[in-house]
This record gives sequence, C-alpha cells and structure tokens, in this order.
Amino acid sequence: MASDVQAKRPKLESVGGECKCHGKLPDDRFTKLHDVIEEYKDKPGSLIPVLHEAQKLFGCLPEDVQQFVAKGLGVPESEVYGVATFYSLFSLKPKGKWTISVCLGTACYVKGAADCLEALKKELGIDIGGTSEDGLFTLEGVRCVGACALAPVVVIGDTVYAKVKPEDIKKILAEHVEAHSAEAHVS
Amino acid sequence: MTDEKKKINLTIDGIRVEAYEGEMVLDAARRVGIDIPTLCYHPAIGPIGSCRVCVVEIENGRGLPASCVTPVREGMVVRTNTEAVREARRTVVELILASHPQDCLECERNGRCELQDLAMRLGIRESRFHREKEHKECDTSSPALVRDADKCILCGRCVSMCSEVQNVAALGFAYRGTDALVTPMFERGLADSKCVSCGQCAKICPVGAIHEKEEWQKVADLICDPDLHVVVQVAPAVRAAIGEEFNMPAGMPVTGKLATALRMLGFDAVFDTQFAADLTIMEEGTELIERLKMKGPLPLITSCSPGWIRYAETFHPEFIPNLSSCKSPQQMMGAVIKTYYAKRAGIDPDKIVSVSVMPCTAKKFECARPEMNASGQRDVDIVLTTRELACMIRQAGIRFQDLPHGEFDAPLGISTGAATIFGVTGGVMEAALRTVYEIVTKKPLGKIEFSEVRGMNGIKEASVDLGGTEVRVAVAHGLSNASKLLRHINETGERYDFIEVMACPGGCIMGGGQPRSQDPDIAEKRAAALYAEDRGMEMRKSHENIAVACLYEEFLKKPGSDIAHKLLHTTYESADEAARVSRKEAM
Amino acid sequence: MSPFIRAHILVCSGAGCVSSGCHEVYDSLMHALENEGILSEVKVIKTGCIGSCDLGPTVLIYPDGTFYQKVKPEDAKEIVEEHIVKGRPVARLFPRQAEGEPCKNVSSLNFFKKQVKVVLRNCGVIDPENIYEYVARDGYEALARVLTDMTPKDVIDTIKQAGLRGRGGAGFPTGLKWEFAQRVSSDEKYVVCNADEGDPGAFMDRSVLEGDPHSIVEAMTIAGYAIGASQGYIYVRAEYPLAVSRLTHAIEEAHKFGVLGENLFGSGFSFDLDIRVGAGAFVCGEETALLASMEGKRGMPRPRPPFPANEGLFRKPTLINNVETYANIAPIILKGADWFKSIGTEKSPGTKVFALAGKINNTGLVEVPMGTTLREIVYEIGGGIPGGKAFKAAQTGGPSGGCIPESLLDISMEYDTLTKAGAMMGSGGLIIMDEDTCMVDIAKFFLQFTQDESCGKCVPCREGTKVMLDILTRITEGKGQPGDIETLESLGNTIKNTALCGLGQTAPNPVLSSIRYFRDEYEAHIDEKRCPGGVCKDLVRYEIDAEKCRGCSLCAKACPVQAIYPVAGEAALADASGGEGAHKPKRRTYEIDNSKCQKCGECMSVCRFDAVSRR
Ligand SMILES: Cc1cc2nc3c(=O)[nH]c(=O)nc-3n(C[C@H](O)[C@H](O)[C@H](O)COP(=O)(O)O)c2cc1C
Ligand code: SF4
Ligand code: SF4
Ligand code: SF4
Ligand code: SF4
Ligand code: SF4
Ligand code: SF4
Ligand code: SF4
Ligand code: SF4
Ligand code: FES
Ligand code: FES
Ligand code: FES
Repeated sequence: MASDVQAKRPKLESVGGECKCHGKLPDDRFTKLHDVIEEYKDKPGSLIPVLHEAQKLFGCLPEDVQQFVAKGLGVPESEVYGVATFYSLFSLKPKGKWTISVCLGTACYVKGAADCLEALKKELGIDIGGTSEDGLFTLEGVRCVGACALAPVVVIGDTVYAKVKPEDIKKILAEHVEAHSAEAHVS
Repeated sequence: MTDEKKKINLTIDGIRVEAYEGEMVLDAARRVGIDIPTLCYHPAIGPIGSCRVCVVEIENGRGLPASCVTPVREGMVVRTNTEAVREARRTVVELILASHPQDCLECERNGRCELQDLAMRLGIRESRFHREKEHKECDTSSPALVRDADKCILCGRCVSMCSEVQNVAALGFAYRGTDALVTPMFERGLADSKCVSCGQCAKICPVGAIHEKEEWQKVADLICDPDLHVVVQVAPAVRAAIGEEFNMPAGMPVTGKLATALRMLGFDAVFDTQFAADLTIMEEGTELIERLKMKGPLPLITSCSPGWIRYAETFHPEFIPNLSSCKSPQQMMGAVIKTYYAKRAGIDPDKIVSVSVMPCTAKKFECARPEMNASGQRDVDIVLTTRELACMIRQAGIRFQDLPHGEFDAPLGISTGAATIFGVTGGVMEAALRTVYEIVTKKPLGKIEFSEVRGMNGIKEASVDLGGTEVRVAVAHGLSNASKLLRHINETGERYDFIEVMACPGGCIMGGGQPRSQDPDIAEKRAAALYAEDRGMEMRKSHENIAVACLYEEFLKKPGSDIAHKLLHTTYESADEAARVSRKEAM
Repeated sequence: MSPFIRAHILVCSGAGCVSSGCHEVYDSLMHALENEGILSEVKVIKTGCIGSCDLGPTVLIYPDGTFYQKVKPEDAKEIVEEHIVKGRPVARLFPRQAEGEPCKNVSSLNFFKKQVKVVLRNCGVIDPENIYEYVARDGYEALARVLTDMTPKDVIDTIKQAGLRGRGGAGFPTGLKWEFAQRVSSDEKYVVCNADEGDPGAFMDRSVLEGDPHSIVEAMTIAGYAIGASQGYIYVRAEYPLAVSRLTHAIEEAHKFGVLGENLFGSGFSFDLDIRVGAGAFVCGEETALLASMEGKRGMPRPRPPFPANEGLFRKPTLINNVETYANIAPIILKGADWFKSIGTEKSPGTKVFALAGKINNTGLVEVPMGTTLREIVYEIGGGIPGGKAFKAAQTGGPSGGCIPESLLDISMEYDTLTKAGAMMGSGGLIIMDEDTCMVDIAKFFLQFTQDESCGKCVPCREGTKVMLDILTRITEGKGQPGDIETLESLGNTIKNTALCGLGQTAPNPVLSSIRYFRDEYEAHIDEKRCPGGVCKDLVRYEIDAEKCRGCSLCAKACPVQAIYPVAGEAALADASGGEGAHKPKRRTYEIDNSKCQKCGECMSVCRFDAVSRR
C-alpha cells in the first residue's frame, strides 16, 4: 500500500464498519424516508425510486431500512430484498466516503481498464466491492459511463478521470484526497 | 359461459391436434399422448418457463422455444423429438446437474425426485460440466419445513406458489446470475419469515430443496418402546390420497387399508381425526348459533386450518376476533386423548405418545404452539405427513395396495360423513350447515348436500335459510383467495355470517403434506373420493355421532361448557404483537 | 437585447467534454467576453455532444464554423481577443487530421465529412436546455402537423412506408410495432422509451438525451397519439445523471410551452411523460425486464408472447422503442417517407449512429447512412489505427454481437448483412481492435459481462454461460484441452437456441463469431500454449535479448518481484570451460526468471535499448 497517499488521508469516524442506522430511533432519516414513502405510496411500481431515495438518505440499504420500506409500501419483505440484491447500484453494506468506479465497459477494457483496476486494487489493498481500511474509498467496477471516447475512464465520487494509465493511479488518488480533504474533515 | 374459446388446429409430431386459443403447446401435446418432459412447469401454478427442458422445434421458428410457455397458433407445425431437441434437453439437464450436489442416496427425494427421473429419462449418464456452487447451511429453523438451498435448482415453483397462490411471499428470489438464490428475506430462516407453514412449496418443489421436517423414524422408534402407549389419529384427507403413494389410482378410497396399515405398524390405538371433526362441528356450530344470537362478532370464520390461522395472525390481525375459538380437530383430538381416553383406558397420560397423520405441514407448526397443552401435556406430540406415513409403510414392508379392510378403534374412531368431507374445500361449511340447520330449525334437512359450497372455485358463496333467518356464507381456499375475500369485506363491508377458509387450494386434500402429483385434475379426484365416502356412510351429520354424544355425556357435559372451553378452544395473537412481546422478553 | 450578434460560440457540454473540463472553459469564455465588453454581442451556448469527444473540450464558432479542440480555460482569452474581436482564428487549437494537416473548419474535418446527421441533427448545435432553440430548428412542428393534419393511421402509415427499423438492437419494423399497439383496444396504453443503453461502449442514446432531449419528448408524444396512449415513461439508466436532469428540464419546459400535457394544440389529445431511473442491471434493457423493473420488480424477463404491445406495463398495451428510433420520428414526419428511404439501403433505410471506440484514431459518435462500409468508418472517418498497427477486428453490437475480421472490412453496415456475418447491429457500439488484441481474451471479456449480467432465471444462460466462461478462462490460463473449442461451439449453440430472453440468446455470439474467424488463435492458446496477441498473462513470456542488452540494470530495478538477475556474458561461460572465447572481454547482461515473473511489463517499458521482448 502506498504510504504517501495513506498518510494524507484523514481518519474518518463516521463511515466504514457497521452501519450506524440500526434501531437507533428516533432517527430523522426515517422520518424523511417516511415522507418519501408517503409521496410514492399510491404510484404503482414505486419500489425502485423509493429504494434510490432510501439509499441516498442512509448511504446503503440495511435490513431495518428495507423492512421500513416494505411495510410502508405494502410490498413483501422478500420482494424488497430481492430487488435490493438484484440491482448493482443498491448496496446492503455501507460504502466508503468516495466510490471509485472503474469503467469495465468494452471501450475501456480494450484500452487497458483491467490494468487500471489492478493498480487500484494494489494501491488500496482491496478487491472490487471492498472498502479501504480508512473508510475513504470503495472500489467498484461499472459497465460504461458513456464516456467511451475517453477510455479508460475512472470515476471517483463525481469526478471523471479520462484516459487513465495504471501509473497515474497513485497521483490521482493523492490529488483527489488533497482536493476533497476539506470536506472529509468536516464530516 | 357463452363465449366459446376459439379452436385452433396444429400439427404435433405429424398428429393433427385440436387446441384452444391461449392453450400452450405442451398441454396440447400431452393431450394427444406426447409427453414432453418438463421441470419447472406445474399445473398448480402459472407457467414459468425457466428450466428450458420442454423445448421443441417449430417449423419456420427461431431457436427452440419452451413448449410450456408457447401458445398454439393456427397451422403451427411442432416437432418434439428431433435430434436437436433431444440434444438441447440433455444439455440443459446436464447444466442443471453441473452445480447440483447429486447426493441422491442421502436425499429425502431419492426415488421420487423429478430431476432424478428426468436425468434417467433423458439417458444422462454423466454431466459433461461442473460448476462450484457456494454452500449454504440447511435451514431447519421452522418446526414444519427444512430448506436445503444447495439442492435448489431455482425453478421458481415455490416462489410462484408462495407469492401468487398463497399470497404470503415468504420466499423470493434474491441476487442474480449464478448468485441467484431462493430465500426468505435477508437470507434468514423460514421461522423468522412470514411463512405460515402451509407446505405448498414443499409439495411443489421438484427436488429435495424444501421438504417437511421428517419425524417418521422417531415415531417408528417410539412404537418399539414397550413402556409407551403410542396412539395415532389420521385426518380425513389422508385417506383420499395415500393410495397414490402406492401407485393406486387417484380418488380410490383406501380408508380400510389405512386403518389396517396403522395397526400393522404397531400403534397401540388407531383413531380417526374425523371423530374430532364431528366434535368440532358441535363446538363451532354452537359458537355460530351463539354469535348469530348475540349479533357478533360476525362473520364467524373457521379455525381448523392452522396455515390459515397463521396467515390471519400475520396478515389480517383485524379479523382475529372473527376467528372461531375452536381448536382444529387434530388438537381437539389430542386434548381428548390425553384426558378422556387416558382416564377411560386407565393409562398415565405421561406415557401416551400422541401421533397424528395429517395432509398438512402446518399441523407440525400447530402442535408446537405453546398454548396447545390444555391436557397438561402437549396435546399432540408428533405430526406426520401423509408422505411420511407412506415412507413408514414402505419401510415396514407393507404392501399397502393389497391390505384387507380394517376399522378404527372405538370410540375415538367413530365418525360421520360430515367429518369425512372436512378434507375438501367447503366441507367444514357443509358439515356445519347440516348440523346447525337441524339444531336451529329442529327439522330434518331435506337435501343434505350443499352443492353451492362444493367445487374448486376459489371463492364460493351461498345463502341459507335457517328457519326465517337468512345466513350468508362464503368459502375460500388458497390464501390468495382468502385474502381477496377479506379485502373485499374490508373495502365493501359486505355482510357474511359464516366463512370457511382453508389455507391450501382445494382444502386439506391438497395439503402441503399430501402425495405430490402433476395431475391437473387431482383435486377433483381426491374430492370425489371423500364425497363418495360421505354418501356411503350411515351417519352423515355430526350431531348424529353417538360416540361424540357419549363424550359430552360422560365428560364434556355440553358443547361450549367450561371444560369443553378449557380443552377444545384456544386464543390467537397478532404475529406482530407476539414478536414484540418475545423481543421484550428477550431483552 | 442586442440588435447584433457577432458570433455564436458553441461549447460542447456533453458528458465527455464535461469530464474534460468544458464548464471551466465556458466560464472563462464568458469572463473574457465580459472583459472585452462584448458579452451582449456574442452568444455562448452549452450544447450536447458533437461526437468527437476525445478532442474535448471542443468549441465551435459560427458563422465561420471554426472548430477548436482540447480547449483549456487559459485559451479563452486568446480565442476571444484574437478570433472574436480581431477575426484571427487561433491556429494552434485546430485539430489535426491523420496526415498532420491542421484543419480549421468543422465541415472539412474527415471525421465529420462523411456523416449524415438525422438523429444527431441538433446535438452539438443547440442548447439542450432551451426549448426555443429546439423550436427554432423546426422542433415540435412534426407534432403540430400530426395533431392537426394527420390521423393516427396516417402517422403509422408514414412510419411504415419510411421503413424505419428499431435501433435498439433487433431492427424490428417500427411502423408495424406501432400498428400492433394501436390495434389493441384498452382503456389505457403506454409509450415507453428504452433509454437503458446497456451496451458498454455505446453512448449514442446518452448523447441524444443530453444534447436533444426535446426530440424524444416530441416523438413519444407523436407515438402516444398514434397508438392512443396518454402516458409515457422514459427508462433511463442511473449512470446517466446528466441525461436525467436534461430530460426533466425538457419535460418541464414542454409543459410550459404547451406541447406536453392536456389538450395539445387544441386537438383534444393529452399526453404526459415521466422518467424512471434504473438501478444498474444490463438485462433491464430487454423489454420485458424493463417493464418488470418499471413495475418495481426484479428485472427478470418473461416469455413472449404476450408481447408488450398486447400486455405490457401494468398489463396494459405498451409501445417500447429505443431513443435513437424515436429521434428519427420527427424528421420522417416533416420530410416524408421517401426522403428517409433515400438515405441508407433498401432493407435498412436511414442512418445509424455508431459509437466508435477502441484502438482507433478518432473516437466518438458518428452518424452515417446505413450501408456505409466498415472500411469507410474505420479509415476515412475514424482515421485508422493508432501507431500504424494493423486492424484485426471490429466488434459490433457489444456483448450480444460479434466480431468482423479484416477480410470483411468492406461489409455494408446494415442489419441483415451484419447478422449474416455472425455479428449484430445491436445498439451501434463499434469497438476497433488492433493486432495487439487477443480475440480469446475479448470473447472472455464479453462472456464475463453477460454472465455477470444474467438475471439467473433460465438454466442455459445462468449455468451455460458460466460453464463457457470457465472453459475460456482455462484456455487463457494455458490450461485449454483438446475438444474445448467443440464444447464451446455446441454449448454456445444450445444456449442460443434455448435461452429465455435475448440476453442469453445472444450471449454466446462473441465466442462463436471469434471462433468462426479466429479459430487459429484459439488453437494457439490450446495447442501451443501461446497467446498471439500477447495479452493472456499466463501465456506470455518476457525475455531479454542478450545481444541487445547493455547491462544497464534498469529493468532489474524496475521489476517488482526481483525476477531479473545479472548473468555473466557468454564469453565468460566459454572462459570457464576453457574454450576459445577466453580472451574476449566479459559483458554482463540480464536475464528473466520466468517462474518468478508477474508479467507486469515494467521491464519492457523501462528498457531503453529495446532488449526486452514479449512473446
Ligand atoms: C439483453 C438485452 C439488452 C437490451 N438493451 C437495450 C438497450 O439498452 N436499449 C434499447 O433500446 N434496447 C435494448 N434491447 C432491445 C429491447 O429489448 C427492445 O427490443 C428495444 O428497446 C425495442 O426498441 P426498438 O424497436 O426501437 O429497437 C435489449 C435487448 C436485450 C435482449
Ligand atoms: S434432489 Fe433429486 S437429484 Fe438431487 S440429490 Fe436429491 S434425489 Fe438426487
Ligand atoms: S443407483 Fe447406482 S449408485 Fe445408486 S445405489 Fe444403485 S448402484 Fe449405487
Ligand atoms: S410453507 Fe407456505 S408460506 Fe411457507 S414458504 Fe412454503 S408456501 Fe410459503
Ligand atoms: S426450492 Fe424447489 S421449488 Fe423452489 S426454486 Fe428451488 S427447486 Fe424450485
Ligand atoms: S388446508 Fe388443511 S392441509 Fe392446508 S394448512 Fe389447512 S389444515 Fe393444513
Ligand atoms: S436468458 Fe439470461 S437474462 Fe434472459 S431470462 Fe434467461 S437467465 Fe435471465
Ligand atoms: S514483466 Fe514485470 S515481473 Fe516480469 S520480469 Fe519484467 S518487470 Fe519483472
Ligand atoms: S533495461 Fe534493457 S539494457 Fe538495461 S539491463 Fe535491462 S534489458 Fe538490459
Ligand atoms: S466503455 Fe468505459 S465509458 Fe464506455
Ligand atoms: S417446463 Fe417449460 S421451461 Fe421449464
Ligand atoms: S461530449 Fe463533447 S464532443 Fe462528445
């Protein structure tokens, strides 16, 4: 693991490890989720939009959140679980502060995305789906972000890094932490 | 119905076949004796189309479509047995086997497994493929069922059954691709889910991935213990179906053979749950008359189906006050055995092992409910399914189909035709009406059979004139029908006085513990067996059962008495409430 | 308002350019204009993608059509001061053609020369967030004409006559589909736009949604009128947030403008649109899975029939078309079926947008008439392969498609020829591969993709693709066995024939087509344990040519696993044995221990003497 990047990363208490949203009511996120559910309740097929909102609120979809949604929408729990596990954008586990999405679409693959992914895995010491020890980064593979002409593409948070080379990875991570460390400290 | 379905002509394997619009190629082929192999298809649920075993060739068509989901078309030319079709089917089954444990010898379904049969039928000697699958622990949390996800072939039958037919949706698909799983929510045990233990999933699973918790070996062992008095009761629906396990035609009455077999297995006393069914009618009839008099709470809803009871407790707690407080016949019988019978026979109830043979897996759950111990012990100790009893009989070397006629032991073996039809949807209603009518009007019934509540329509309704008061009754079987009826009542406030609900579609004859069958008419055939038996009985109304009358005289005094209440009635609790209490206790 | 507009500056704000920093360029342009005091005389417009995203951020200046590439915020000042004010274009920002000639004007750029823009007519030209710009380019005129002059049957007949085929993959005749949906009687029908764009490597739908969202709103409304629906849904993949926001904005604008909503153009016809966002599942592009997903369920396909036109969303008749298909509708209505048929080929009229990517000089979106040859696209529009490498194959149709080898470079790019060649039009992803590509590896890549994305419902796809993938993985690891190719072929064909939905039915295509055209590469992997493309790590060996090695030790230092060690030169060895070379000077060289080597390639990239080779 690259120590220079490591050293610069601020420690984060609020992310990583167990989700903090278990049964700790009153939790205003549940109140907000309740409002979301009320808004969608009578529209058919609203489970997926509601789960999107829930994930925005909680960062992931832990069991109690899914149960809350199931009850609120009157959808069987097994179905909520089935949907939450079917779609790759829903996550049952909390994620790091930033998600690194390595595009593994065709254009990116042909241009060497697999090597970038390897470099990231090595750099962060995690596999796809994993979150770095400091809770900063979650590594994911995505299938095409639609910027194929700029392949290979790596997206960190909202920032798109184009034409990435494996040897740039260290620098990119360091830059990203640098650029965003202010917000990291705040949270 | 006036609008006749449009007729369609097609050719299957050179045979001209007449079919109906909307019919699938598979059904049309089977009708003319072409048995296309299937695996995910089952007549009790809608077609799924997931296994692709039933593929056929269609002239001018692309690829090999699955016949179970391909509707017939005018002029269609179908071939079901070409080399391409056979090769595709073999490959598909080999692919299923690639990740299947294949430990047939240790499997509950050995010898009665659809996958095994299919592999045999397609002449598969070895699978060319192999794939590692992540091992999942066997789920034994439920008192009724065992789920072995390793054996699951993801056909989706149980999911359709549990969600569409039973409206429970305890089981569902999770994840996707090779990670796909059939599981209760959050991969918890069935006991932690909303499962009502109806066992319909176990009955429809083609392989050994869901089955009842087997206890027949335990029973066989207990019988051998000389210190114990092992008694057995057997439910009406069992006699309508157990013959099928011994290759007898469906719908053949085998009551006498059943009694003989039970005695040969070494049970110390062989009783008939039908006795308790008559008893139930006496209690429930009385309750109905009371509630009609007191104007509430109505409708009264029957309570002999523990699958239904669990469903009501879980999904419709608002109807709990409407549930009859009567225990199910099995539990009534259990309570009577360990009290009345024990006293009469001079046996220490402690030494009695009360076994029941049921068409039902929910009864395993029911007998384990904490409140089911009115006699001071567990009312019923062990519940076996019809299938388990068949295993015992086979193991004992009994050639069931050749057995002579036997009788149940008196007095708890004496029953009426009303009790017999308990096993089929509408039967409890009909039995109750026969008795209630005569008690209320004090006139003998002219026509004893209430055909409005018979048959396989999901929801049946009727009005009965009880000497001036019109009683509105309804019958629902299959939990989605039950829920439809209850929602209808909630929404419209429509008045009913008496409702029968059976959890299983068709009633207990189609219970989760019954022999598995792919015959689309199986429910009608089994029902016919019970109706025929009813017609052949001397006593056809529960209040005519002299043994039951005796029981009241000697022990229970009268229907609805205090002691009857203590032994034969029970209480219910909303599942949410129960969970809250148990959580509190745990804290 | 200024009476005189001196120039239009179009700043591409497509997703590609956004990631290369076009917003900053826009800001500095505005700043520079303000400094010059000519802000009111120049209109700066954020447009959608103009197609050449790898040159981004791109800036187009009209009236002269000057095209600037890779513009940086610091260039803004110069552009404004020199070009806008003094009329002297900034030559250093012109793109270069392959031959090295800088090229000033957009229309003279090879990349654009051969293109015919129907679908992308407004992309890169108008501000997608301003309905007036759409209207100024005849926007909503087709809708007006349809609602005032045409019966639903007229509309359907026009589409039928135009011969438009679905651009979402299968090429089903659009007019026919509309007719089916129109014929079913029902109290409610739906119009759905499939904007799931799942093919990894294709982004034309994204460009249309981001660059010309109103064209979809208009076309769906026309479709609603034609089939008798009053509600439409656009299912967009969640990975396209910009598309979602532009569409949302467009729908709001259209409402305000009165071209969406109640009683449109006083015709009594009402239509509304909603957006549904996916959640990351490729299979949801399949129409029945898409419907399941819109109903809030797992995106598991179901058997057809019933087709969506009979029983679709919420079991109501539903028309589903692809974004690009809809984008063709308004021009067909306005210019007529004959005009449309004059473009493209007889069986595949019109244009097709391809997403050109991979090992090619000009990447980006290109819209060409159907029937254009692959050679024209690769060499004339795409500018050939970088680094002078040889073209090996092109993959069309993404994971459902197949590859086209060099021998078929002159293939006419249209539905039926591609299918016949074992490839597929698919959504128009066009990935170019050069000699350094391993076709087995690519086939494995696609299969890995479909296998990951399989919904898991049916056996052939769930189990079969996994078994095929395992075999391919073995082959690329050097553990291939005789018979593997035949197993792949027979299993692949069974999966194609028996899978439930299009995903499984096409999943084996990349494997089957690469076996068809590159069987020798498979054989090399299996029989010779060799990867001709030099890609499969377990099969490549790095070696140092002792003749070329100067013993500088750079490689040994670079090697992460210390697999490179020094050896005394040949002379020394000879010396030890007392041979004739004894008097020659010793020369130290390096060697690679291939049992330790991790095939990282580091040594090869650091060696300045070209002494390390891979084979
Ligand atoms: C696995 C799979 C993925 C698909 N993905 C897409 C997609 O991303 N976008 C699309 O428009 N059509 C996709 N399709 C095709 C659609 O099922 C459908 O045919 C199409 O949307 C119809 O529109 P069209 O007639 O305008 O082409 C896909 C099909 C399959 C089998
Ligand atoms: S489920 Fe069937 S095939 Fe599988 S192990 Fe059991 S008996 Fe054998
Ligand atoms: S079937 Fe074959 S493997 Fe099984 S017990 Fe008999 S001989 Fe043994
Ligand atoms: S027993 Fe009944 S409720 Fe339980 S999982 Fe099976 S079908 Fe569902
Ligand atoms: S448990 Fe049985 S019925 Fe359910 S999906 Fe698995 S194999 Fe099919
Ligand atoms: S209907 Fe009969 S078999 Fe089914 S759960 Fe109820 S009692 Fe058991
Ligand atoms: S082919 Fe694949 S994606 Fe399609 S239904 Fe079957 S398993 Fe699902
Ligand atoms: S390829 Fe990498 S691991 Fe192998 S010798 Fe060269 S530097 Fe070392
Ligand atoms: S870097 Fe090249 S020249 Fe230097 S030691 Fe290595 S192989 Fe020889
Ligand atoms: S393939 Fe990577 S962005 Fe499209
Ligand atoms: S039986 Fe037809 S697909 Fe399974
Ligand atoms: S995004 Fe700017 S040219 Fe494509």
